[in-house]
Amino acid sequence: MTLVKHELRQGKTSFLIWTASIGFLLVICVFLFPEMKGQMEGVSDVFASMGSFTQAFGMDRLNFGTLIGFYAVECGNILGLGGAFYGSLCGAAILSKEEKDKTAEFLLTHPVSRKRILTEKLIAVLLQITAMNLILYALAVGSVAAIGEEIPWKEIHLLHLAYYLLQIELAGICFGLSAFLPRGSAGAGLGIAAMLYFLNLIANISDSAGFLKYITPFGYCEGADIVSNGTLDARMASLGAAIGIGGIIIAYVKYTKKDIH
Amino acid sequence: MEIIKTTRLTKYYGKTRGILGLNLTVAQGEFFGFIGPNGAGKSTTIRTLLGLISPTSGRARVFGKDVAKERTSILQDIGYLPSEAMFYPGMKVKELLKLSADLRKRDCGGEANLLCERLRLDPSRRIGDLSFGNRKKAAIVCALQHRPSLLVLDEPTSGLDPLMQKEFFDILRERNREGATILLSSHILSEIQRSCTRAAIIRDGRIIACDSVEVLSKTSAKRVTVHGAADLSRLSGIRDKKESKESVSFLYSGDMGRLLRALASGQVHDLTVTEPDLEEIFLHYYEKGGETV
Repeated sequence: MTLVKHELRQGKTSFLIWTASIGFLLVICVFLFPEMKGQMEGVSDVFASMGSFTQAFGMDRLNFGTLIGFYAVECGNILGLGGAFYGSLCGAAILSKEEKDKTAEFLLTHPVSRKRILTEKLIAVLLQITAMNLILYALAVGSVAAIGEEIPWKEIHLLHLAYYLLQIELAGICFGLSAFLPRGSAGAGLGIAAMLYFLNLIANISDSAGFLKYITPFGYCEGADIVSNGTLDARMASLGAAIGIGGIIIAYVKYTKKDIH
Repeated sequence: MEIIKTTRLTKYYGKTRGILGLNLTVAQGEFFGFIGPNGAGKSTTIRTLLGLISPTSGRARVFGKDVAKERTSILQDIGYLPSEAMFYPGMKVKELLKLSADLRKRDCGGEANLLCERLRLDPSRRIGDLSFGNRKKAAIVCALQHRPSLLVLDEPTSGLDPLMQKEFFDILRERNREGATILLSSHILSEIQRSCTRAAIIRDGRIIACDSVEVLSKTSAKRVTVHGAADLSRLSGIRDKKESKESVSFLYSGDMGRLLRALASGQVHDLTVTEPDLEEIFLHYYEKGGETV
């Protein structure tokens, strides 16, 4: 596990910055709820009558006046986008940085098989994402408790599970991409995360683009669906898991045969 | 025993030539020089031997094992020094050395300290703060600290000051005496001439000469320097002629009697006849494509 430890050490600063940033925004958002709660009756009507904008963020199906309605939309977007960016960056950089920074020559001339390198790097990515999600989960539950609201355990669990799956799927896709890109792939990783986020907004607005929900992992992270159905869409989540695993398999196939320059 | 053996090893990068049908053998305990300018195929050969790139065709064996199939076990006993050493940012030298040793599952602390001392490298310094030369020293310690039986060195002295170069070659000669095989790739011919027992010259991806350094240096041509005036225009076998006001110097591979008669009929104040150095031989191979001098 030498490489896992090494990767965790190398990624420490990025992990701390992303976790602190997302955690800070999440807690601030939850702390805003009591103040906004009183004004929500009027506001909910406004949010529910903004046409496509309302549909795009699922606000037509959620009650902004309840903690879980507010959390699913506001905190959901912070967790969704922030987590997606971090997961993509982690996956995209983990292999390609070695070639970009020209450290691949150092690493790959040690007696470590490429499969082991891939496995240990993947474990490091998954550990960082898992650790970040555990911290964010603790912050979410802690801040809801701190404002004196009853914790909607089931919905919070489902929402956080969905975003965890989303980050792992994106990390898997970008891990596959990372095996192909020799000059760093941070931009590509962020671009993919942003594109998939907007695909979900488009799918929410237009019925004819509804199929896009099966392509983007944000499809099974839709707060309105999770809260109203009380469950994750198993079909979408399974498809997402398959895509993520596909990315990881592609990375193994490519990187074990790749010429390192 | 053959430590390195390549058989018709060929590598193309797309349509670009890397190496072509390379046959190279390095025996156990040899200090072997690998000579060629940039782009000749030295690094491609080394990268193939280390398993960083796969050959288009042909085979490479190290310690009798196929590089394509047993890369990990081969690398356990190789120390590689790249021409441009790049390491992870933010690490200290001692952390880097520990990482390298851990990846080999070895405890190399004692040997690492000894090498750092000899090369005057402070292991507590951050890699990012090191000069190019000190980064090179860190790479040398990485390559040597596990006492490998094969050392693969790619342009090893670039960035090292003359004192450190001497210390480095002293260490290499010690290791060689203890039984380590050394493959030294360089375009600094004096390094090869001083240290290596055998050498191969690579040109446009092909080995054009491979023999002991002594044989490679020994040719029928002589470097002749004449101070004074003599008519050399009717002599054949003169190459690489360098003229100044008072002297003329050239490589001569023609009839020695005719040269002496031509010199005797002129006004010669001084005359030196020496063996050409490896650099001149090397240039000859490059100009003539490998014909005997």
